[in-house]
Amino acid sequence: MAVLTYRDALTQALREELQRDDSVFLMGEEVAQYNGAYKVSKGLLDEFGPMRIVDTPITELGFAGVGVGAAMVGLRPIVEFMTWNFALLALDEVVNAAAKMLYMSGGQYKMPMVFRGPNGAALQLSAQHSQAWESWLAHIPGLKVCTPGTPADAKGLLKSAIRDDNPVVFLEGEMLYNTKGEVPDGEHIVPLGVAELKRTGDHCSVITHGKMALVAMRVADDLAKEGINIDVVDLRTVRPIDVEAISRSVQKTNRAVVLEEGWEICGMGSQVVDFIQRECFDDLDAPVLRVHQEDVPMPYAKNLERAAKPDAGKTIAAIKKVMYLD
Amino acid sequence: MATKVVMEALSPTMEEGRLVKWNKNEGDQIKSGDVLAEVETDKAVMELVARGDGVLRKRLANEGDASPVGTLLAVIANADENIDSIVGSAAPASTPAPAPAATPAATPAATSATPQTPAQSQGEASTPPQQKAPAGQSAAPARPAPPRPPGPPPAPRGNGASHPGASSAPGARQRSSPLARRLANERGIQLGAVQGTGPGGRIVKRDIENAKATGGGAGRSAAAERLASEGDFKDVPLTQIRKTIARRLTESNGPVPTFFLTAEYDATRGAELRTQLLEMGEQYKVSFNDIVIKAVALALAEHPEVNAHWLGDKIRHFNRIHVAMAVAVEDGLITPVLFDADRMTMWEISAKARELAKKARERKLTPDEYTGATFTVSNLGMFGIDQFTAIINPPEAGILAIGGVEEKPVVVDGQLEVRQRMRVTMSCDHRAVDGATGAKFLQTVKRYIENPLSLII
Repeated sequence: MAVLTYRDALTQALREELQRDDSVFLMGEEVAQYNGAYKVSKGLLDEFGPMRIVDTPITELGFAGVGVGAAMVGLRPIVEFMTWNFALLALDEVVNAAAKMLYMSGGQYKMPMVFRGPNGAALQLSAQHSQAWESWLAHIPGLKVCTPGTPADAKGLLKSAIRDDNPVVFLEGEMLYNTKGEVPDGEHIVPLGVAELKRTGDHCSVITHGKMALVAMRVADDLAKEGINIDVVDLRTVRPIDVEAISRSVQKTNRAVVLEEGWEICGMGSQVVDFIQRECFDDLDAPVLRVHQEDVPMPYAKNLERAAKPDAGKTIAAIKKVMYLD
Repeated sequence: MATKVVMEALSPTMEEGRLVKWNKNEGDQIKSGDVLAEVETDKAVMELVARGDGVLRKRLANEGDASPVGTLLAVIANADENIDSIVGSAAPASTPAPAPAATPAATPAATSATPQTPAQSQGEASTPPQQKAPAGQSAAPARPAPPRPPGPPPAPRGNGASHPGASSAPGARQRSSPLARRLANERGIQLGAVQGTGPGGRIVKRDIENAKATGGGAGRSAAAERLASEGDFKDVPLTQIRKTIARRLTESNGPVPTFFLTAEYDATRGAELRTQLLEMGEQYKVSFNDIVIKAVALALAEHPEVNAHWLGDKIRHFNRIHVAMAVAVEDGLITPVLFDADRMTMWEISAKARELAKKARERKLTPDEYTGATFTVSNLGMFGIDQFTAIINPPEAGILAIGGVEEKPVVVDGQLEVRQRMRVTMSCDHRAVDGATGAKFLQTVKRYIENPLSLII
C-alpha cells in the first residue's frame, strides 16, 4: 500500500477517472494552467489537454450552470470551486438546477456531476472563509454529500462520486491536502453512504466525519492510554447517512458524542442525534453530547479562533461526561 | 457518600408501604445489611435493609406513615457530611402522617361522595371536607403538598420504574437512563431500591450492574428465576386464530375472557385412602386438599397447555409445575406456591402446604413464596361450599375451584348408591385455553382423584 497525501490521492482519482471515461472533464478557476489553487489538478492539463481540463472565469454561478448543462447532455463534469465559501454564489445551480433536474424532468435528465473543493476552516482566514457547509448541502433532497477525512477515503469516494449518476457534493479540506495516509493500490472504490469504524472500543461512540475524523482518531489513541476505548464512526458520506453503522456502535457502547466542524444549530450532529434517539433509545445510558464550532462567526485572532473550533480537548471532556467520569 | 434510604418495592405489586417500626435511631452507626425498619407491604411485614454504611443521620418518616415506593425515608451518611440538599429535596415526604390509625377507611374521604382516587386514599384524614374537589375530579390540586402530582392517578409502571408519588418537589422524581430501565426490567431489579450515582441521582447502567453484583435491590427473585430458567418452558407464538379469539373474547368479556367448566368426581376411594392412611399413623395424614393438589400437579404435567401463562403476544407453556393454593388470611387472601408440586410426594405436599398456610396467616410469607405459580387451586370445601367459581390470577391461564366432599345418591351400574362426591370448577382464560382443552385436563384430574393410589405410588 502506498503512502500518499490527501492531495495526491485526489489527483490519482481524477486521473484514473479521466482515463477511464472520456465523458469526464474538470473545470473551474485556475484548474488548468495554474494546476489548481491547491494543486489537486497538477499535471492533468498536460495529460488530457484544454478540452477536458478547462479554466473558467471567476464566475461561480456561470460555470456551475455550464456544468449542469453539460451533465444534461450526457457528459460527466467535475466542477471545482476554489473554496466552498465562494460556492455560495453558485448555490442556485447546485440546489435549484442540479439537485432537482432528475425529479422535475420526470426522470428524463440524469445529473452525473461532481461539485468539489475545500470546505471548513483553515488557519486565520477569518469569518467569511472559515465555514463548514455540509449541513446546508446535506439538507437538500437530490444531492449526495461526501466528506472524506483520509487520503484513502478521498480517492475511493471521489471515484464513486464521478461514477454516480446523481449530483455529488464533494467536500475536501484545505488543512487535509498535506495529510498523509495509506491508500490501497490499484482500483480503490469507497461506496457512497457507507461509514467506517476507524477505531473500536466499548466505552463510547464518537460519530464524526470529514476533518474531525482525524481529531477523533487522535482522541481515541490518547484515551486508550487511560484505558478508555472508543468507537470512532467516520460517516465519510453525510448524505446518505449510514444509520445502521451508528446504531450498531451506540447499541454496543450505550453512549455517544457527535463531533463536527460546523455550528451547533441544525448541524450534521443534530441529525445524527435524532437517528440515535430514534434507533437506540433503550440503549442509551446518558444523553448524547455534541462537539462543534462555537456559535459565532470564526474569529480572526489566533487565540479566539482556537477557542471557537472543536478540538480534541473538548471531545475528551464530552466523552468523559457521557461516561459519568467527570 | 450519603446513602438514601427509600421505601423499596418489597413485593411485586407493592405501590406503597407502611413503616411499622424503626429499628434504628438517629445517630446509630449503620452497616450495610442492618435492618433499619419493618415495613408492611400489601402482602406481608418485611425488613427494610440498609444499603450503605455510615451514621443514620436523619429519619424522615414516622412509625405508622404510609409512603409510596421510592419515597425518601432516611439518610445514612458520614457523621460530618452535609446532607441538607438530600433532606431538603424530600421535604414533602417528611410531613407527618395525620394519625397512626390513618387507614383509608377511617378518613372522611371514605364517607364523601368523591370517588376514592389513589391520591385521596393516602392518609389525608386531616383534609377539611371543604377542600375537597367536586366529585369526579382529583382532590390533589387543592392541597399544598400532595403526595402525588395533580391529575389522574398514574398508570402502574411495571417494576416501579418511576415513582410519581415520591414528592412534588422539582427534581425529586427518580431519574434513570433508558438503558438502566431496560436492564432493570430484564433483570427483575426494582429501580426504587437502586441508588443512582449519575448527575442528580440518575440511575445509570453501572448502578444496575452494582445492584446485581452486591445483591442490592430486590434482585431477581428466586421465583422469577425459577420461571425464567432456560428450557423450563416453551413459548408458543400466537397463530392468527388465537389472536382473533383473544381479541374478540376480550371485547366481549373484559380483560380476561373467562369460561367455566364444572365436573363432579367420585371421592369415595379418596376418602377411604385418607382413612386407611390415618390408621397407619398421624404422620401419614393427608387432607383432601393435598390429594387434589397432587392430582392437579400430575394432570398439569400431562397438559402443559393448561400449565400456562397468557403473555399478550404469546402463550408460555411451562415444563415445571408450580401450584399456588389460595389461603384465606384475616384481611384478604394470598396464594403461596408449591414449587415442582408434581415431583413432591403426597406427604411433602401436605407438610409444605401446612407450613405455607401457617406463614400466610402470620403474614410471614416472602415474595419468593407467593410468586411464580403456573396454576392455582382454590378450595372452599371446608366452609361447606359444594361448588363455586374462582377468579383467575393473571397471567395464569386457569384456576381450579374445589368444593367440599359430601355424600350423595348416585347411580352406579344401574343401582342407586351413596357415594362421596366432590365438584370442581375450572375457570379458564379463553385466550389461552379452549373448552375442549380444559375438559380433557379435568378428565385427567378425575382419573387421578378417582384412582388415588396412583397419587402415592
